[in-house]
Amino acid sequence: MTGQTSQGMKALLWAWALAIAVFLYLPTICGAIASFGASRYFLFPVPNWGLSWYEKTFNSIEIHQLLKTSLLIAFMVTIISVVIAFFGALAFARYDWRGRSIYQKLVLLPIFFPQSVLGLALLLWFNALGLQMSWATAVFAHLVWIVPVVTLVITIQVYSFDPALEEAAYDLGANRWQVLREVTLPVLWPGIFSGCLFAFLLSWGNFPLSLFTTGADTTVPEYLYAKMVAGYTPGVPVLGTVSTVGAGLILFGGYFVIWVLRNRRTG
Amino acid sequence: MNPEGLLRWFVAGRRHALPLLALLAVGFAAPLFAVIAFSFAPPRTFSPWQTPGLTNYETIFAETYYQSFAWSLALALITVIILAAICYPLAYGLAKVFGKWANAVTLVLVLPLFVSENLRLYGWILFFIKNGVLLGTLKYLFGIEPESWLFTPAMTIFGMVYVYLPFMLFPMTLGVSMVPRETVEAAADLGANRLQVFYEVELPLAMPGIIIGCLLTFVLAVGAIAEAKVIGGQSVIPIVHDIEIAFTYSQNWPLGAALAVLLMLVVGALVLVVLRRFDLDRILKRG
Repeated sequence: MTGQTSQGMKALLWAWALAIAVFLYLPTICGAIASFGASRYFLFPVPNWGLSWYEKTFNSIEIHQLLKTSLLIAFMVTIISVVIAFFGALAFARYDWRGRSIYQKLVLLPIFFPQSVLGLALLLWFNALGLQMSWATAVFAHLVWIVPVVTLVITIQVYSFDPALEEAAYDLGANRWQVLREVTLPVLWPGIFSGCLFAFLLSWGNFPLSLFTTGADTTVPEYLYAKMVAGYTPGVPVLGTVSTVGAGLILFGGYFVIWVLRNRRTG
Repeated sequence: MNPEGLLRWFVAGRRHALPLLALLAVGFAAPLFAVIAFSFAPPRTFSPWQTPGLTNYETIFAETYYQSFAWSLALALITVIILAAICYPLAYGLAKVFGKWANAVTLVLVLPLFVSENLRLYGWILFFIKNGVLLGTLKYLFGIEPESWLFTPAMTIFGMVYVYLPFMLFPMTLGVSMVPRETVEAAADLGANRLQVFYEVELPLAMPGIIIGCLLTFVLAVGAIAEAKVIGGQSVIPIVHDIEIAFTYSQNWPLGAALAVLLMLVVGALVLVVLRRFDLDRILKRG
């Protein structure tokens, strides 16, 4: 019976998964609770509830500016990283070429590297080049880490891609552009879409790289950190909760769209 | 090289790899060289273009920075061990048991990766602090008020286990899904008991994914700073904290760069030695 997992074992594994999910989400839930309190300081059980801090947070011009900066960086990172990573993933898994196995490991290096140190290194490098730090340098810094991640995400899709499809299209007289548009992109799109989601969300939540490379511009995670260290208000859990829920909606909404489209195609 | 030779050298794979390699050259390799160059500059200067010297390294070895290095390495090692134990059953569930639900569970587990770690750690402060969710509930229900566990070295490890869990889990899941069901069944049919199947079949076959998970977690955990700062209350000073102090309060960039170089040597050596042995095609190709 070892090959089959017994019912009791299954139940245990599910219980373990549930316990870990609770562990992962407990702090987020605590933040949400704190955001709905009406008082200046956090007390539990919450003495009086209220949405006043949501109102204050969303009427603040400073917060609007933060959201704008964070969104701008995340959009730029998404567009650029998916284009580079699309070609990077084809080189990773689709084509056979000398130097590929070294290339595969080079791609992993920025992922296997402490991000705070990478942020500092980029700061030194920009400084040596005489560049002024702004949201644009932050976009570049995010790319160094996010492009390799997105490349891996798309690569997993590329492995299930049969190159014979492309060759068949060429044989039938399609040109390079047609093959890309009619064959390669449609087959790889779930991976590309996942890559977009990852790029956007990783950039949205990034702190260590932004900290050193945004200069005078400030992103949401940077602002939250500054406020946590000095000057806590319930605005911190409010903005944190909104940022988390937003990320969740994008993630689950995105995969729901994939799921619906896939079902429609097969059904 | 003549044009034709150039064209032949420039095969499709190389052509597609080029944008990414260019990014890595300008955005990864060059900054690392900048750090190395800075580490040889005179203390408290802000440009690498000077006569190089070893003053910063002498300072590091003369002072007590080895303590921070030791703390960082020890915390990272403990984190990896705890996470390997926590994540294996879940990775097994995701790869072999949860079936069509595995993707949904994965999504739920991946979401925290997209929220900055400071924010999530701050949630633990709200949980553990005096009059917070845990202690407030205890006080309300039982009238007891134990000391808060926050701001201790143990809390730092707790925070690291929390933050780095997905980095262990997902490579490990890829590893476990590489174990063919037939092999496990064959071993069982030949009379192996559960423990033997685990030690002699499942574990060795899943090892590439497990090692990659451990390596990734270890490397990121060595560079951890937020956990010790936010919920560890600086009861432990990890090496990246020293580096940050050098760059901010003491305005001694070259010293910070030299510390970063030493950290990079440890991390780089480990990553290169381990990664060299792996065939990434095999790990990423899902069965």
